Amino acid sequence: MISASAASANTTTPHGRRALERLRFYLPTVLVAALLLVAWEVAVRFLGIREFLLPKPTSIVQALVDQWPILTSKALSTLRSALGGFALGVGLGLLVALITARWVTLRQAMLPFAIAANSVPIVAFSPILFNWFGPSNPFSWMVIVAVIVFFPVMINAVRGLTLVNPRALELMRSYAASDFKVLVALRIPNALPFVFSALRVATVLSMIGAVVADFFGVDRLTIGKYITQESAAFRFANTWAAILLVSLVGIVFYWLIALIERVAMPWHISVRAQDH
Amino acid sequence: MAEITRQARGTPEDAPGAPVVAVRNASKVFELGGGQTMVALKDINLEVQANEFISLTGPSGCGKSTLLRLIADLLEPTSGDLLVNGKPPRQARLDRDYGFVFQAATLYEWRTVAHNVQLPLEVMGYSPARRAQRAREMLRLVELEQFARHYPWQLSGGMQQRVAIARALAFQPALLLMDEPFGALDEFTRERMNMELLKIWDQTGGTVIFVTHSIAEAVFLSNRVVVMSPRPGQITKVIDIDLPRPRNFETREDPRFFTAVTDVRESLREAYGA
Ligand SMILES: Nc1ncnc2c1ncn2[C@@H]1O[C@H](COP(=O)(O)OP(=O)(O)O)[C@@H](O)[C@H]1O
Ligand SMILES: [Mg+2]
Repeated sequence: MISASAASANTTTPHGRRALERLRFYLPTVLVAALLLVAWEVAVRFLGIREFLLPKPTSIVQALVDQWPILTSKALSTLRSALGGFALGVGLGLLVALITARWVTLRQAMLPFAIAANSVPIVAFSPILFNWFGPSNPFSWMVIVAVIVFFPVMINAVRGLTLVNPRALELMRSYAASDFKVLVALRIPNALPFVFSALRVATVLSMIGAVVADFFGVDRLTIGKYITQESAAFRFANTWAAILLVSLVGIVFYWLIALIERVAMPWHISVRAQDH
Repeated sequence: MAEITRQARGTPEDAPGAPVVAVRNASKVFELGGGQTMVALKDINLEVQANEFISLTGPSGCGKSTLLRLIADLLEPTSGDLLVNGKPPRQARLDRDYGFVFQAATLYEWRTVAHNVQLPLEVMGYSPARRAQRAREMLRLVELEQFARHYPWQLSGGMQQRVAIARALAFQPALLLMDEPFGALDEFTRERMNMELLKIWDQTGGTVIFVTHSIAEAVFLSNRVVVMSPRPGQITKVIDIDLPRPRNFETREDPRFFTAVTDVRESLREAYGA
């Protein structure tokens, strides 16, 4: 009998040591960031770089504090577009993937078009989409985001649903399993890692899409509009503060998806690898 | 759902003496690209009786896996007939008459050990309570109860293969098809797995068709060893192994064991056309 400890030893390391290892892991990154910020601050102060070209880090933080209520309300509006569009695009992407993964001929007929459409810079369609759904309709924002998010999710989901270990499929065949059982018990779990890596990309894309949509849309109190207005008025510290905030929101969104991924697939190699 | 007893179901009790597997003049030709063909099996005739442990052995490429796949209806013969429990292989598959074990354990990595064992039961519509109970019984059988909640990656290769065996036996098929199940294991683990397999077989009964290219393994496990030769894949000899059961470590030191191993080895040499 092989001892139980051999298999379970790697799941228990003392909590304190793990925290220390983590610190050691992130320390270089933190140090580099701190060094860069100090160098930036010093350079702007002592090399006489003008603030409208490159504001000091301290000015940006000051702007963030001063503008906090305005910034957060506008960022919230943009985040709503991003989240709404994310849900719409991911939902449609998964739906289309499920349909096309089931009917091979349909997939083979459609995939070239999907890839061709994906290579068009979809942001350039924004004016057309605003024209279709209304220049101040929140739905327009979501559609733009959804269009950007749709393709990576769809393509990755199709790959995950179809790139299945042939032996695993034969096993199902030996059980005389129905197509539906194969889908639920094999294809969908197999697709999860593919889908989650697409979702990670989609979080970033949805924030980008939402801000770009802000530029083209009218009449909404959005972070994108705020960025263009403050830039036009040469208040670049405010612009930087807005960019900083949007980035932070994007990072939180990304980590949220990564967290769900960890919970949804504790068995996956990507999750195992993070458990150092 | 029919009551499932300890005795494996699906044994052809209704037709006493009828073979579990009957292969008649079966051939399999693979179409390679560019109009080329490959005769993997030619005129195979074989009968496997109920509760027999039979091994298919021969050099790699002689069609052992192909023959097993024909029986399992994972492939269709180009010509000839097969009957499994008196039925066409397709019907036998739909009736879930056999369990299959591959060389790679092919566990679903997103399922715990217990849930992997439950997979066929899930597909076949057993109730959750019954599934859990069967999984517990099967894991006890392969002595992995304490690993029920582990994921496959946390197990060694030998343990994974034992889970695959538990999974194949979970729905109590009367016929077990095994394609080099221990081929990826080291010699020591393999010998231990052979012992465990015989112990399990003692408890479950049923018919086993076992593919291996290890002569010692084939002799140790089987009632009969089928020796095959390649290009085209054919059966060259069927050797009866009359070693007493139960077999254990002493079996490997029995002079009759060496005689049988020598028999099989010589048949294999002839199979190569020396
Ligand atoms: N799906 C397939 N397509 C084409 N040739 C195949 C296929 N499966 C097996 N073969 C060929 O048939 C022959 C027998 O294969 P196989 O049954 O796997 O042999 P074994 O299991 O004895 O090593 C080999 O030459 C192999 O290359
Ligand atoms: Mg083989």
